[in-house]
Amino acid sequence: MSLIEGRSGQWEVVIGLEVHAQVVTESKLFSGASTAFGAEPNTQVSLVDAAMPGMLPVINARAVEQAVRTGLGLKAEINLRSVFDRKNYFYPDLPQGYQISQYLQPIVGKGEMVLDLPGGATRTVGITRLHLEQDAGKSIHDRDPHKTYVDLNRSGVALMEIVSEPDMRSAEEAAVYLAKLRSILRYLGTCDGNMEEGSLRCDANVSVRKPGGPLNTRCEIKNVNSIRFLRQAIDYEARRQIELIEDGGEVKQETRLFDSKKGETRSMRSKEFAHDYRYFPDPDLLPLELDPDWVVAIKASLPELPDEKKRRFQYEFGISAEAAEVLVAEREHAEYFEEAAKGHDAKAVANWVTGELFGALNRMGKGIADSPIKAASLGGLVDLISDGTISGRIAKDVFDAMLETGREASDIVAEKGLKQVTDTGAIEAVVDQVLAANPKQAEQLRSGDNKVIGWLVGQIMKASRGKANPKMVNDILAKKAGG
Amino acid sequence: MPVDRPTVARIAALARIKIADEELDRLAGELSKIIGWVEQLEEVNTEGVAPMASVAAMKLRRREDKVTDGGIPDKVLANAPESVDGFFVVPKVVE
Amino acid sequence: MSELTALGIAEARDLLASGKLSSRDLTAAHITAMEAARHLNAYVAETPERALADADASDKRRKSGAAGAMDGIPVGIKDLFCTEGVETTAGSRILKGFRPPYESTVTANLFKAGAVMLGKTNMDEFAMGSSNETSAFGPVENPWRRQGDNRPVVPGGSSGGSAAAVAARIAMGATASDTGGSIRQPAAFCGIVGLKPTYGRCSRYGMVAFASSLDQAGPMARSVRDAAIMLGAMAGFDLRDSTSAEVPVPDFEAAVGKDIKGLRIGIPKEYRVDAMPPEIEALWAKGRAWLEGRGAIPVEISLPHTKYALPTYYIVAPAEASSNLARYDGVRYGMRKDAAELEDMYEETRGAGFGPEVRRRILIGTYVLSAGYYDAYYLKAQRVRALIARDFDLAFEKVDAILAPTAPSDAFAIGDKSDDPIAMYLNDVFTVPASLAGLPGISVPAGLSAAGLPLGLQVIGKAFDEECVLRVGAVIEAEAKFRALS
Repeated sequence: MSLIEGRSGQWEVVIGLEVHAQVVTESKLFSGASTAFGAEPNTQVSLVDAAMPGMLPVINARAVEQAVRTGLGLKAEINLRSVFDRKNYFYPDLPQGYQISQYLQPIVGKGEMVLDLPGGATRTVGITRLHLEQDAGKSIHDRDPHKTYVDLNRSGVALMEIVSEPDMRSAEEAAVYLAKLRSILRYLGTCDGNMEEGSLRCDANVSVRKPGGPLNTRCEIKNVNSIRFLRQAIDYEARRQIELIEDGGEVKQETRLFDSKKGETRSMRSKEFAHDYRYFPDPDLLPLELDPDWVVAIKASLPELPDEKKRRFQYEFGISAEAAEVLVAEREHAEYFEEAAKGHDAKAVANWVTGELFGALNRMGKGIADSPIKAASLGGLVDLISDGTISGRIAKDVFDAMLETGREASDIVAEKGLKQVTDTGAIEAVVDQVLAANPKQAEQLRSGDNKVIGWLVGQIMKASRGKANPKMVNDILAKKAGG
Repeated sequence: MPVDRPTVARIAALARIKIADEELDRLAGELSKIIGWVEQLEEVNTEGVAPMASVAAMKLRRREDKVTDGGIPDKVLANAPESVDGFFVVPKVVE
Repeated sequence: MSELTALGIAEARDLLASGKLSSRDLTAAHITAMEAARHLNAYVAETPERALADADASDKRRKSGAAGAMDGIPVGIKDLFCTEGVETTAGSRILKGFRPPYESTVTANLFKAGAVMLGKTNMDEFAMGSSNETSAFGPVENPWRRQGDNRPVVPGGSSGGSAAAVAARIAMGATASDTGGSIRQPAAFCGIVGLKPTYGRCSRYGMVAFASSLDQAGPMARSVRDAAIMLGAMAGFDLRDSTSAEVPVPDFEAAVGKDIKGLRIGIPKEYRVDAMPPEIEALWAKGRAWLEGRGAIPVEISLPHTKYALPTYYIVAPAEASSNLARYDGVRYGMRKDAAELEDMYEETRGAGFGPEVRRRILIGTYVLSAGYYDAYYLKAQRVRALIARDFDLAFEKVDAILAPTAPSDAFAIGDKSDDPIAMYLNDVFTVPASLAGLPGISVPAGLSAAGLPLGLQVIGKAFDEECVLRVGAVIEAEAKFRALS
């Protein structure tokens, strides 16, 4: 239970998230113009997107498929019959004067997502619905003090609006939800989840209440374009509402913008007339009817999703839940791990991947697809450690060399002569050498002082240039101590 | 239900059509008459009748996901009252 | 010259085919006639250079043996259809100067079939009207006049310009559109044939939208055969219109001249409205007798929800229009009234750009869709609409076609009804039901009123059964022996 301490006691924050995910398709939802990011203004606009007189919408089959795929990935009901409605309002980047969306009969109904929270707890968050709708164009306000510039390239791109139940109870949970949803969408290939480019956007509905009390008025926070900002925005907003109520005020239902520079939310000063969207079924379209067999086929073609993969990794590879969690967050990472782990010490592979490899790739600014160390090669490195050919310490050096050169571990070890020394006699020789050179410590060892072992091991490793097998060094020292 | 003056003003604002003050009362009268006339539909028993989804008795056709359009900025901007650098230009919204 | 403009499409086609006539001569005659008839204000834009170029191209095509169904035939195009590079206004100030960089499917089809464009015809603004008096470019005069009355008379609407042009022989045919009667009613007022096909028969791509679930393109011509020829050239499935029906286009012309022995003709009792002018009732009875005389079987039918069709239409159509016309905001095309602030720009532009009837309908439409009213008005109307459609379904189990009057009066004088919106709406009482049900309907000139003005009879058919509608319509035409204007 993560409650917030206020002046009058403890408060609970109630959060629901509305996520807009740009659907991965070549062309737009109702027109054949391209959806590619970053083109020159108004170059990816068809006459339909520009809402010229007499233009009509024709729906993109793949957008429909992607929405169904997403719904199935969220374990949601697929509505075989859904309706497109017009949401009417005026804005320069909304050329039709209405957005084609889905209001009362969306393509996907109720589903759920289970969140794994720190500490082993879980929270099941309900998905209320998912529907398809058109994205708007872009209004640019800062090119001219008195004018707004409008680019319709984005106008008409397919969006999936995914609405959660108000089941989250902390900013942390909201962050985990968003990260997981993003991961699932990327696994399914239905959205690339790129928040910087705006292909994944999140609005948060936040309210506060005394634990066990009725739901209070909520505010909608818009313009949150990273998971970090989502956390900040919710934390700020919850505090704001608590202070407001404790000061005797009332939370007004409104839309607020998150200011990432100040870390605050502020009210959007909107005009007097509230939005009356006058939804009605779009008469240029017919109800969308899906063939149940087609839906079943899509279900059968779904890739293994994060939760299932995580469970399987734990079972099949014996790795910990935490390690599995990290590995399945991105599908490509999971697939890399699986290839590297097959036939090798999976736990060790997991450690190398989540530790050294991810760290290195981050520093290099590379993605896993561009990793200089291929999955099979990493497996090779781990083998050399497992069979004692090299020590863990040397392995680090080999790893770095592999990063630099892209060569196989065994080649590097052979070339640099990094093989671990496991010849008892050779090691004993080095041990004797070090003991002889350090009589004081040798005496401490013989008198049963265990504290000096660590220092001696260090010296022996140095003398052997890291190649002595550390376990054997310890065993030999122990014998010498006892003797 | 008669359509009164404030309602006409509200509807006109929703529809973004400027109506001179002097015209509001007359319009309210006209609209009231028309709404009053269409209200006779209340007489019709429509229990259990689904609203007509479409006269066209067919399934919604879906098109293949291919880029077949766009790349015509000149055509798109040809009739624009104001355009600069390939953008449509409008007066600013006063926030 | 005047003989050439007296030709029908079918006749001209045969003369062109046999080489006895050139499209250039035919077109030139019509251009002269068009210029001489400017007082009618039937055309908002004349395109004589384009017409002659089209004609020459047609003559050339014909020489190489490749002539289309409408090749070389000069026609008027209702200004509702977007014509590439040619100003398209939909009768509104808000689109003055708009030059579409694209062609509507219907006109593209016609031009592919070889038709020659004489110009864009006048119409009620955004197709909203039954008299062509709401046009921003002035009313249209019906070439017919009341006996003993010098006042100009309306041609009907919204396709008033097309109807007047065809009746006055300054076009051999014209494209038109029908949402609640806008082809059939002006055809009746002007003594010509007007055909509204089944919803989905013609593509709506490139047609300035008024009410999406009702709008249909159709031909106006001086004979049923001509209308059939023209429909064949206009119709066809279009991938760019999601409401376009994927059905083959039959040989409509082949239906003309087929006999009607044994066909059951429905006579809907609810169309006998209060205060129905006796001459209209009499003409309807005459029509029934003609058909019976040719072997058809009249059957009294009931379309119980008829009286609710007009109020249903005047909820649904304005609702859809209020949304369809939101795009006229001064941002991307059309008129803009500049202002310092965006919202002012919207309001000034739309306030100045839309006429009073369009404004009225947008307000009604916005109202019936608004929060708190949607269920009571819009949803209710769509339910009643379903009942109206069901009335027809049930009736068509018993009959093959329905015979009814087209309009509840002959043409009235310009200015007579323009003050009373509801009085104007009542003009559509016989045409609106078939529109709501998406069914095909034709108006055929069948007689004259006491004032000497044309009266029409309407034949309504089953969905996609334009052939039956044409077949019955042709018989009425043959029996009526209506004398067109000379």
